[in-house]
Amino acid sequence: MITMENVSKSYKVAKRNAGFGEAWKSLFHREYETIHALKNISFTINDGEMVGYIGPNGAGKSSTIKILSGILTPDDGTVLVDGRIPYKDRIRHVKEIGVVFGQRSQLWWDVPVIDSFELLKDIYSISPQSYKQNLEELTELLDLGELLRSPVRQLSLGQRMRCELAASLLHNPRILFLDEPTIGLDAVSKLAVRDFIRKRNQLHKTTVLLTTHDMQDIEALSDRIILIGKGEILMDGTLDDIKKGGENIDETIAELYRSFDV
Amino acid sequence: MKASLSVRKYQSFFRLRFIQGLQYRAAAAAGITTQFAWGFLLIIAFSAFYESDPGAFPMSFQDTVTYVWLQQAFLALFNTWMLENEIFDTISNGNIAYELCRPIRIYNMWIARSLANRFSRAVLRCSPILIVAFLVPKPYRMILPPDLGTFLLFVLSLVLGTAVATAFCMIVYGLTFFTISPQGVRVLFASLVDFLAGGIIPIPFMPDKVRAVIELLPFASMQNAPLRIYTGSLPAEEVKVMLGLQFFWLIALVLIGSSLCRLAERKACIQGG
Repeated sequence: MITMENVSKSYKVAKRNAGFGEAWKSLFHREYETIHALKNISFTINDGEMVGYIGPNGAGKSSTIKILSGILTPDDGTVLVDGRIPYKDRIRHVKEIGVVFGQRSQLWWDVPVIDSFELLKDIYSISPQSYKQNLEELTELLDLGELLRSPVRQLSLGQRMRCELAASLLHNPRILFLDEPTIGLDAVSKLAVRDFIRKRNQLHKTTVLLTTHDMQDIEALSDRIILIGKGEILMDGTLDDIKKGGENIDETIAELYRSFDV
Repeated sequence: MKASLSVRKYQSFFRLRFIQGLQYRAAAAAGITTQFAWGFLLIIAFSAFYESDPGAFPMSFQDTVTYVWLQQAFLALFNTWMLENEIFDTISNGNIAYELCRPIRIYNMWIARSLANRFSRAVLRCSPILIVAFLVPKPYRMILPPDLGTFLLFVLSLVLGTAVATAFCMIVYGLTFFTISPQGVRVLFASLVDFLAGGIIPIPFMPDKVRAVIELLPFASMQNAPLRIYTGSLPAEEVKVMLGLQFFWLIALVLIGSSLCRLAERKACIQGG
């Protein structure tokens, strides 16, 4: 179970105007602006739930994922994931979760995918039997096969994303955080990724929290949607709550963002 | 059991980085060529000085030649300007996020990676250079250590020197967490540290007062110690002091670096989305 209660996080951002004079001035005196990335965020996610976490760029989605993965420390509030405080106990916490950042890569660029997997096996101290079993299952569901033997730099984005998903699930985590897993993928790869996430959730009862800008992802995957904007939770409900009829989902969401002025 | 599993993680990092390092054949060939050229130039320059007045120098010509060849052969082990761009990149573009999602200590992982990187480079580069250094005609030829004991002390000191250099680089990586861009720290350290370590000219060639200070600094515990122990012309007392300093600096630098990384892990702010 995941609970966040009144969680806040702010960043300091150095600001200056354009131009050489301004750059010179900022050498001696920096002006900082405080950005409130998260303001009093509270929600609970139960075991086995699939939740879509949506909102415009800069709304605070990634910050939430980073706090839940133990990478960022919130300024305020309480965070509990299966009874653990992620940022207090990072190493014990991350053993039990899987994370995919769609815009980054966790695979070693110049060596075959399987080398990265073998490294993860040792990092997570996965026993040889369960490694073999998990790898077989993931290879079949994600159709990895020959991909495993190719260097990562020679994979297409879609192929790589399938490998990234497998990499984050080798240790069989109970919770999976996906930060924009379908970004930049073609239609076929998107379908494959969605299909896989759904199966994973059904077969292993994995809790999934997924951020995306692709509303078809949300339609295909999540029963529950949390909408965040300017660091605040604006809505927590089902797809039907948003849709109110059969309109095009992208327009509905855009309309929703406008109505909340985010 | 638990401890062995946790060491295994870092061994794995070492192994993968080592394998990856061995893949870069063209870089190794280029490195070997550079080091040959650089080594020859240094030796020719030194021989011109020695011809004018051999008595004016603190090391015999033979010892200096051996110092230069060893330095070129094992450069990858202890140079401090060879910092890993991959590590800087993960910090400044935020890919460190993935590494923080693993049940590992960032400091230990970076140490394992850096050592592997250094060893893989050295393995590819040292033998061609050493073979040639033992084959060139007499005054320019590298000598063997006088006895087995000296050789073993040299190996110990070489390992310690590599560890000290790596631990020093770790502090540079740790600082980058706070400054984000590595440029400032890198430029500042690259030339200064190389000079203080005896990378440009051996430390004995420096004026006595300067030398007395430099020999106590951590930088003298990198290449200076093993390269001078090898020829066996140092008195036993000095060798002991050198090894002691190497141990001391290794512990000190590791303590500084690991607390810096721990602080960074807690305070880190992941860049870019």
